[in-house]
Amino acid sequence: MTSDQKVLVIAEHFQGEIISSTSKAINCASQISSQVDLLVLSNDPNLSDHASRYDGINEVLVINDDLFENSIASIMAPVIAEIASSYDYVLAPSTTFGKDLTPRVSAVLDVSQITDIMEVIDSRTFKRPVYAGNAIETIEINQGQKVVATVRPASFKDVGDSNNASVKILDLPSVDIPNHTRFKGIQSEVKERPDLQVASVVISGGRGVGSAENFEILYQLADKLGASVGASRAAVDAGYVPNDMQVGQTGKIIAPDLYFAFGISGAIQHIAGIKDAGTIVAVNKDPDAPIFEIADIGIVADLFEFIPDFLSKLD
Amino acid sequence: MEKILVCIKRVIDYNVKIRIKPDESGVITDGVKMSINPFDEIALEEALRIKESGNANEVIIVSIGPDDTQQQLRTGLAMGADRAIHIEHPTPLEPIQVAKLLSRIVEQEQPELILMGKQAIDDDANQTGQMLAQIFSYPQATFASKITLTGNTLEVVREVDQGLEILDVDLPAIVTVDLRLNEPRYVKLPDIMKAKKKPLEVLDPVSLDVSLDPSIKVLNVSAPPPRQSGVMLEDASQLVSSLKEKGLLND
Ligand SMILES: Cc1cc2nc3c(=O)[nH]c(=O)nc-3n(C[C@H](O)[C@H](O)[C@H](O)COP(=O)(O)OP(=O)(O)OC[C@H]3O[C@@H](n4cnc5c(N)ncnc54)[C@H](O)[C@@H]3O)c2cc1C
Ligand SMILES: Nc1ncnc2c1ncn2[C@@H]1O[C@H](COP(=O)(O)O)[C@@H](O)[C@H]1O
Repeated sequence: MTSDQKVLVIAEHFQGEIISSTSKAINCASQISSQVDLLVLSNDPNLSDHASRYDGINEVLVINDDLFENSIASIMAPVIAEIASSYDYVLAPSTTFGKDLTPRVSAVLDVSQITDIMEVIDSRTFKRPVYAGNAIETIEINQGQKVVATVRPASFKDVGDSNNASVKILDLPSVDIPNHTRFKGIQSEVKERPDLQVASVVISGGRGVGSAENFEILYQLADKLGASVGASRAAVDAGYVPNDMQVGQTGKIIAPDLYFAFGISGAIQHIAGIKDAGTIVAVNKDPDAPIFEIADIGIVADLFEFIPDFLSKLD
Repeated sequence: MEKILVCIKRVIDYNVKIRIKPDESGVITDGVKMSINPFDEIALEEALRIKESGNANEVIIVSIGPDDTQQQLRTGLAMGADRAIHIEHPTPLEPIQVAKLLSRIVEQEQPELILMGKQAIDDDANQTGQMLAQIFSYPQATFASKITLTGNTLEVVREVDQGLEILDVDLPAIVTVDLRLNEPRYVKLPDIMKAKKKPLEVLDPVSLDVSLDPSIKVLNVSAPPPRQSGVMLEDASQLVSSLKEKGLLND
């Protein structure tokens, strides 16, 4: 570990809380250097308290401004790029937030970027997935160049929260802030179940579930197991569930201990989202469904017969 | 608006199971079916719909890639694009370099709207659109699943991790599209014939004055660790026992 390298991690937050993906990005940063600072851009002064508890953080940098009420990349990027001038690395979680934001930071700094770090080999060498995770690249970034990267949350564990890092309030740097982008709202359903990206058990349904009403049986099972519920793209496209439940290459990449796929065929784009799961259980009525090639436990059955039976055996 | 620019990339078709070269230097592309990146096809479809609804006069497609990339550009022309620009470059480039090359085309053409894919399914980078937007300090709306044009403003619904976000952006703007935006049309045979006569300009990247020195070296490309082969069980009671054995269910 080269301790003289300075790493800036960008905190992701939503509705007054710092999100777990931030903690995973901090974990990755700590494997690069021991000099890790966390930048919180928000209009909520209460966030800094939580931020300062993350293990591995030296200092929390905070800018409180109404500009940051919603995470708008074109507003945040010039600010981050300015602060990044005294850092060697800028890391953000590889979520829709981080992916939206970091390439603009890279462009201001005029450097290449690494998407989805999944492993730190050394401070210049990283692994990342390509082709929906069907190949893994080992890449080396030129010496002396600032590194801007996103961190694949499913590949890193959360850091602890026993720290008490100092908090430094910064002034808004004088950079050009555009006003061409206006936030109009977010439709986000309040979830009664654990977050997909954090849950240790995930129950997913695909086109085979057949309707929004039929998903009810998956929710029942999820509640029994304390699980989160996900879906294939086909299930989202068909309107059975909202988009934020999609698992896969273009949905969420998750790493639960236990994953259930009900009525999901197992397209590579779906598998891309669950490669890091501990145990994959697939229930499909087609014995030739490709999902069985990667499942740890496969059961050929009609899900509507299987789940009630399974539920009763769990009592 | 006058012009919409759509950026398309030639990639291995999404149905192909990729194979890694024995020397781990990359992925086998020889003899493999290539297509327009699926997100870019959706971007092009959206541009065509905007034009067909009378809100744009011209749809231009641009692609950077080896000479065979003209196949994908011809497909784009057959879908309905008016003309194509091919920046010929034999090897893959880093997204920042792609963004800089594209920025030259944006300077030349001055499109009011630039539509791109949210990511290319080969490098899975998800960077180029945002970089291009920053080069011009343009607004961006990534992960778009719905676009509504009113005057000089686009309302974009974005698929984000927390749900659906709505942004208003002023033109000129860059939108990177997600899968649910639309379903691209099929190309018909007569359109393929017509496309052969549409203009396709070929540019040498040297003439565009962008540094193409790589800053990231790919040391190797390997297969992900395989998952251990699994077992088939008969029913729910076997599953319950098996999960208990693995410590995944409490007794
Ligand atoms: C660029 C790109 C990105 C993509 N990204 C994603 C992504 O992020 N996530 C994703 O999931 N997909 C993604 N896809 C789509 C993917 O290719 C598949 O189309 C999709 O995953 C199929 O979903 P499915 O398995 O639910 O549906 P299907 O393939 O239709 O499979 C349904 C399955 O249900 C089974 N079934 C039916 N009824 C029952 C029953 N009663 N009991 C048990 N089994 C039953 C059938 O045997 C079948 O195997 C992407 C595609 C592209 C091109
Ligand atoms: N070589 C290229 N030529 C044209 N457009 C490209 C090229 N590479 C990337 N793009 C565009 O940028 C988007 C995002 O690509 P990427 O950042 O590589 O994931 C793609 O969906 C295309 O719209």
